[in-house]
Amino acid sequence: MTDFIRRRPLISAVVALLTLFIIVSAFPIIPETKQAVVVQFGKPSRILGNTKAGINYRIPFFENIVWIDKRVQSVDMDRQQVLSTDQRRLEVDAFARYRIVNPLLMYIRARDETRLQAALVPILGSEIRNELGKQQFVALLSPERQGVMENVRASLDRVAAQYGARIIDVRIKKADLPDGTPLQSAFDRMRTAREQEARSIRAEGAKRAQIIRADADAEAARVYANSFGKDVDFYEFYRAMQSYQITFLGDGNEPPAGTNIILSPQNDYLKEFTGRGR
Amino acid sequence: MPLFFNDSPPYSNGMTLLSGLGPRARAFFSDIKGPWGPAGGDEPEGGENPQSGPWGQPPKRKRSGPSAPRQVTSLDDFLRKSRERFGGNGGGFSGGPSGKLIKWGIAGLALLWLIFTSFAVVAPGERGVVTQFGRYSRTLGPGVGFTLPAPIERVQKVDVENIRNLELGSASTETLMLTGDQNIIDLAYSVRWNIRDPELYLFQLAQPEETIREVAEAAMRAVIANYSLDQAIGEGRGDIESRVTQTMQRILDAYRAGVIVQGVAIRQADPPQAVNEAFKEVTAAQQQAQSYINQANAYATQLTQKAQGEAAAFDKVYEQYSLAPDVTRRRMYYETMERVLQNVDKTIIEAPGVTPYLPLPEVQKRPQQQQQPQQQSQPQPQRGAGQ
Repeated sequence: MTDFIRRRPLISAVVALLTLFIIVSAFPIIPETKQAVVVQFGKPSRILGNTKAGINYRIPFFENIVWIDKRVQSVDMDRQQVLSTDQRRLEVDAFARYRIVNPLLMYIRARDETRLQAALVPILGSEIRNELGKQQFVALLSPERQGVMENVRASLDRVAAQYGARIIDVRIKKADLPDGTPLQSAFDRMRTAREQEARSIRAEGAKRAQIIRADADAEAARVYANSFGKDVDFYEFYRAMQSYQITFLGDGNEPPAGTNIILSPQNDYLKEFTGRGR
Repeated sequence: MPLFFNDSPPYSNGMTLLSGLGPRARAFFSDIKGPWGPAGGDEPEGGENPQSGPWGQPPKRKRSGPSAPRQVTSLDDFLRKSRERFGGNGGGFSGGPSGKLIKWGIAGLALLWLIFTSFAVVAPGERGVVTQFGRYSRTLGPGVGFTLPAPIERVQKVDVENIRNLELGSASTETLMLTGDQNIIDLAYSVRWNIRDPELYLFQLAQPEETIREVAEAAMRAVIANYSLDQAIGEGRGDIESRVTQTMQRILDAYRAGVIVQGVAIRQADPPQAVNEAFKEVTAAQQQAQSYINQANAYATQLTQKAQGEAAAFDKVYEQYSLAPDVTRRRMYYETMERVLQNVDKTIIEAPGVTPYLPLPEVQKRPQQQQQPQQQSQPQPQRGAGQ
C-alpha cells in the first residue's frame, strides 16, 4: 500500500480525501442546539438528536440531513390594532416563544423554519385580536391577569402542534394607544386631570390659610376680651390714650402726618392754664 | 536536491532534511488559520508567528550584516521555486527525503493538534462548556482543564460572572407605556443580568440577548399596568423594579435560559413631554398652597403674640390703676397729652365768644417751609372735651 502511495500519490490523496468525506458524512455530529431529520430521497425517515445530541450515523448519499433548530425561538407579531368591547383601540405588539418538538412533522408540514414562522405570524395576530377583542379596555391593560394570554397561547399551540412546534408562551411587549386622536385625547385627559388637581391643591391651601387666620383672629379676640373685659371704662380711657399717641406721634414705624392743633382755652387739658382763679 | 537550494553548498542528506523542515513547516503554518488556530487561546499568536514556535523549532537563522539581503533573495527564490514545484508535478514527492518530510510534517501537525486541543485555559469568571461530539458532557471551572482532542471534545468558553447591562428606553426618545389608571408614562430602565448556567445559555435560546430584551419589555409593561401613574412616578418605583425582576426571572426560567436577572433599575419615570407642563403646574400649585399656609401661619403668630402682649400690658397697667384709679388716670392723661402736644404746632385761641379769622393756608405753609413736604393733611381743629 505504501508502494501504491509512493507511485500514485495524487490518486491515493484523492481516495483518502474521499474516504474521509464519506466517514465524516456517515457520522454526523448533532450539536445540542440542533436536531436533524434524515430524508431518504425526499422521504423523511427518522429523526436524529431530538432527545440526545452527539454523534450519529447515516448512509451517505442515500440519506440527506435537514437541520432543524432545537432551541427556543421567537415569532414576532407586527403591530396590531385591537378593538375592545367598549370600542376603544389599542395597538398591541406581541411575541410568542416556541420550540420545535417534532421535527419530522415540522419538516413534512412546513419544510423549513422560515415557513413555519410565516405560518405562525398571522395566526398569532388573529388570535390576539380575537381574544383581546372580547375584553373591556381596562382589562386589556393587564391581560395576563385575566388569563387572556393563556387562551391565546392555547389556541396558537393547537395550530403549532400541527407543525410539530410547542408554544411556550405568548406575551404582549407593547400595548399603546394609537397615534392621533386616542393618544391626544389621553394626553388631554391627563392634562386636565392635572390642572384640576393643581386648582384643588391651591384652593385647599387657600382654605387652610383662611382657617388659620380666622383661628388667630378668634384667639386674639378672646385674649383681648379676657383682659380688657375686667374694666370697660378703664379700657376706654387706656385705649384712647394709646390711640392719641399713635395718631399724633406715630407708632414708631412711620412718621405721622404733620399736625396743627388749635386749642381752645376751654379745653380740659388747659383748664389749669387759665389759672385756678377763674 | 538542487531543486531545493540553489545557493546552498551541498550538505549531507540529514542536514538538508533538517534545514528543509524549517521553511516547510513555516509554509504549513502560514496556511493554518483553521478552526484550531485560535483555539490555542492563550498561546501568543502561535499560528501566525512560526519563528517563535512553541515546539522548540530553532529560531530563524540570524542574518549576518552584509549577507542579509542575499539571504532574503534566496528565501524568496526558494519560496518561488517550491511553489512552482508544488504547482507543477506531483513527481517531486516520489523522492525519498520528501516522503520522510511528509511523515514528519504530519506527525508534527498531529502533535500540535493534540497539544492545542486537549487542554483549555478557562479564565476566572468564565466557564468552559465541553461538548463531546456535539453533546454536552461537562462544564469546566476556571483554570486549566483537560479534554479529549478536538474533533472529539470541544470547549466553548462563556463569561458567567460579568454582569451585563441592557438599556431599554432612553432619555432622548420617549418610551411610552400605559399605566393601570390609563395614563401614559415615559420610562427608561436598565436590566442587569448574568449567566447562571452556561450550558443552558448556550443551548436553549436561539437569540439570548434579544430574548432578554423582549422579556424585559413584556414584564415591565405587565407590571406597570398594575400601578397608577402617581405610584409609578413616585413611591412605587422600588416595588415595580423588584416585581419586574421577579417576572423576568420566572419567564426566563420557563425558557430554561440559564440567566439570572440581577435587577431592574428605572432610570427615568416621567409623564410624557406633551403633558409635562401640567405636571409641573401641580408641583407649582403645591408650593403655592404651602406658601399660602405659611403666610397665614406667620400672620397668626404675629397676631396672637400681639394680642397677648397688649393684654399683658393692659393687665399690668390695670393692676396699678386699680390701686389708685383717679391719680393714675390723670397722670396717664397728662403724660399722653405731653407727648402728643410737644411735637406739634399749637395754636391757642383765648377769645371767648369771638370766632377769629384763621389763616389756614398760612398755617399749612409753615410745615412746608420747615422742609416737611411729604404729607399735608387738612389740620383738624381739636375741640376740647370740656367744651
